[in-house]
Amino acid sequence: MIATVADWVGAGCLVGGALLGLAAAIGVLRFPDALSRMHAATKPQVLGVLLLLLGIALRLRSPADLGMVLLVAVFQLATAPVAAQMIGRAAYRSGRLDRGLLDADELAERGSGGGSAGPA
Amino acid sequence: MTGSPSARDAAGSQPARGRFGRWRDQAVALGWLVVVWGLLWGDINWANLAGGLLVGGAVLVFFPLPAISFAGRLRPRALLVFAGRFAVELVRASLHVARIAVQPGYRPRGAIIAVRLRVPSDLNLALTAEAVSLVPGTLILEVDRDSGTLYLHVLDTHEPADLDVARERALIIERRIVRTVGSGAELRRVETASPERGTRP
Repeated sequence: MIATVADWVGAGCLVGGALLGLAAAIGVLRFPDALSRMHAATKPQVLGVLLLLLGIALRLRSPADLGMVLLVAVFQLATAPVAAQMIGRAAYRSGRLDRGLLDADELAERGSGGGSAGPA
Repeated sequence: MTGSPSARDAAGSQPARGRFGRWRDQAVALGWLVVVWGLLWGDINWANLAGGLLVGGAVLVFFPLPAISFAGRLRPRALLVFAGRFAVELVRASLHVARIAVQPGYRPRGAIIAVRLRVPSDLNLALTAEAVSLVPGTLILEVDRDSGTLYLHVLDTHEPADLDVARERALIIERRIVRTVGSGAELRRVETASPERGTRP
């Protein structure tokens, strides 16, 4: 009984995660500039992967697999924002952004020319 | 290998926690690395334990990190609140981005805003930057470590008020993180300081 429910919920999670991944891919393709694309590459993509992992965990249900799934989830959450930040920063510094789409740019107002050595 | 980091630790803003604190941090990190190694193999036995200790030790020796000042303590209740809100907002932000991704003929506008955090410690800066990238429709572009300022890209803005909303949300995330891992002094700064709206540098 519980196994059947877990299987079905897992199947639902797999489909939902796949759909979010698809939406993220469409976003990466359709958004007008690099910064907007990074939004698509972080939020729906991360949630999609998490849902896929939840679905996999619900269907496999063995401790060894759960450990691996947990590990993938943690690293996904930890690395996706960092990767997006590196790409976004590179895009900003090399001027690959559409200023016509920006309502404000307080980073340009800082005026130091982006020479700071932040913790990358 | 441990000589120079502990000297840097003592020279930093953190008062000297001594060699013991440094060793304890290293031991905790080693413990986590062994756990990760065990999870990767999916099996707990003596060979994996020994292999994990070996690999974890090598990682700590060859990739030393500057000491982070973890002055506070972990509060389980605040951690639960943070995790719950994080999950809810991750779903909301994801659906929002997914919706405007598939909406035909829609070109989202954006903005870059500066948010000055109230607790500019390295740990808080890093955690807030990570969380803010995932949750409230924003993305980190640049971090100014000296002044503790995050530069965020906000997606899908319509009016100037949206920028203030995004600023507020980033500061709310910061407050939840400080409530989870911050020290008492940091907590007071976050709770008492009125959310400054004009954070333009």
